[in-house]
Amino acid sequence: MSILRKALTTAAMATALVAGSAQAEDMRIALVVKALGIGFFEAANKGAQEAAAELGGVEIIYTGPTDTTAEGQIEVINSLIAQRVDAIAVSANDTDALVPTLKKAMDRGITVISWDSGVAAEGRQMHLNPSSSALIGNTIIKLAADHLPEGGEVAVLSATTTSTNQNTWIEEMNKVAGNYPDVKVVGTVYGDDLADKSYREAQGLMQTYPDLKAIIAPTSVGIVAAAQAVTDAGKIGQVNVTGLGLPSEMAGHVKSGASKSFAIWNPIDLGYSATMIAYHLAKGDAKAEPGATIPIGRMGEVTLDDNTEAAMADPFTYDASNIDEFSSIF
Amino acid sequence: MTRLVTSREAILALAILILLAVIATRFPGFVAPANLARVLTDTAPLILLALGQMVVIVTKCIDLSVAANLALCGMVAALMNGAGLPLPLILLAVIGLGAALGAVNGLLVWRLGIPSIVVTLGTMTIYRGTIFLLTGGAWINAHQMSDAFKAFPRAVVAGLPVMAWIALAAVAAMALLLTRTPLGRAFYAVGGNPHAAVYTGISVGRTQFLAFVLAGALAGLTGYLWVARYAVAYVDIAGGFELDVVAACVIGGIAIAGGSGSVAGAVMGALFLGIIKNALPVVGISPFWQMAISGSAILVAIAFNAASRRDPGRIILKRAEHRT
Repeated sequence: MSILRKALTTAAMATALVAGSAQAEDMRIALVVKALGIGFFEAANKGAQEAAAELGGVEIIYTGPTDTTAEGQIEVINSLIAQRVDAIAVSANDTDALVPTLKKAMDRGITVISWDSGVAAEGRQMHLNPSSSALIGNTIIKLAADHLPEGGEVAVLSATTTSTNQNTWIEEMNKVAGNYPDVKVVGTVYGDDLADKSYREAQGLMQTYPDLKAIIAPTSVGIVAAAQAVTDAGKIGQVNVTGLGLPSEMAGHVKSGASKSFAIWNPIDLGYSATMIAYHLAKGDAKAEPGATIPIGRMGEVTLDDNTEAAMADPFTYDASNIDEFSSIF
Repeated sequence: MTRLVTSREAILALAILILLAVIATRFPGFVAPANLARVLTDTAPLILLALGQMVVIVTKCIDLSVAANLALCGMVAALMNGAGLPLPLILLAVIGLGAALGAVNGLLVWRLGIPSIVVTLGTMTIYRGTIFLLTGGAWINAHQMSDAFKAFPRAVVAGLPVMAWIALAAVAAMALLLTRTPLGRAFYAVGGNPHAAVYTGISVGRTQFLAFVLAGALAGLTGYLWVARYAVAYVDIAGGFELDVVAACVIGGIAIAGGSGSVAGAVMGALFLGIIKNALPVVGISPFWQMAISGSAILVAIAFNAASRRDPGRIILKRAEHRT
């Protein structure tokens, strides 16, 4: 399997090289998104354009179906294959459904990577994750610690007891908690990603721990509900709500001061990095194999793991200084 | 019959007091008046919906679409607020819309004779889907709502927030309606013995229709309160809340078979659930146990009801049935 993949990859690389040297004109990189008209992806396109301008000689084809279906994406990719683009960077609507089409693209020498939402390993050369569990776990406790110079008690408001993502992040957070000795994680409660239950759990936290300094909510429903509970309890400035959320949903709470800062991946950086990787792979000066390192311009570099996946960076921190810019995007 | 009903409510009241006492041993601050007022406010949506659901259940029907109705009306309230419409108009609109959505259920049950559980299962999905159509799945967030819109349920009047007062007013109005008006008595007649109700000149379908309209109007009003309180509106708000509402009614001793149940029972059933929901986060019980505890509480309450259901009132009705 792995040999076959390697052979395929090498063949694809070789063809890409030949194709690359044959055409002296612009390299064309297609950014295929889940659907057109979504703020998150429009922002990613902005980042891709930025990368193209920086690299020079690169043309970005920003495209995608009109609704988030795998069928729509297959059509789009087929037309890109017919146009003989140099690279396709796709955020997939389905992990498996796109594989045959993407394989066809790779057979024709097109560089294929996935980003944001991945496709199965045999359908792409590498996958770019916005971040990794370890980076997220570290970020959420760092966000709380940054605003607690003297330390204090913090609590976690999660989604459900069985949410894989949140449990992994909290586990990773606890692993690095020792690096923040003054911050004491006093408990984890579960709001089940329901606004009312999260609100009650946040209220309960403030009652149970009167000295609570921060609530970390690594879920977009929970962070909004906790911020509202803190506002209603009149504890703005006393209890800081942080975690993972969307700028458009958190704008009001950042302005009111209930949340000093929170994090989520930055779509602009993600589009930028995906373009950089696609460029280097298509050009042939980097290889998509386990352990390989690929430069991504101003974002530094990424290292591929055994599944040829890479994590871009720490989640991006949003606060009063940049919330307005991003709340209109996503 | 009246004595039995009161005794069932007495048991429930006792259970609530014991519950509060047990919680107080673990977390004394819970029974402070200010906190109890907070619990009442938090339970207000459940009380409002339980009142409506109770009337529907009394008429031998069930309304599973109340939470979806709440979510749709809440979203419409948020959208109207975004369009800059004044609050009184929004309130009237959501109550009207809620009543209309309830009327859809009622008409289907009345005119087509479809079992209410099927009708409301369908409309539940339709109402949620409508929210998606209205918004494309987008959220309406705190900063997109006006301050007056968010402040109204929170405004404190005579020691309690407006939200709690609205629930109390609805309780009083509903108690009056059910015990002092022909319509109120008709609800019980239709649920207790539909055939006898027809002979006394009561239209069973029309009465059930009105019960659905009433439940819908209450859900619509609650929709605004919910969205304003949590300062967020999206497709899934109050997801699964209809089950809490039915559970509150069942705990409150409203007979699922229709015909019996009281406002006091529904209110206490809602309070019982509300107290458990608010107490669990503060008494330091592992979240893995919380659901099991909520479920056990419901089962115990229903077991009590089942025991007291073998009441003479039922037997008398059966005899009356045989005689006709």
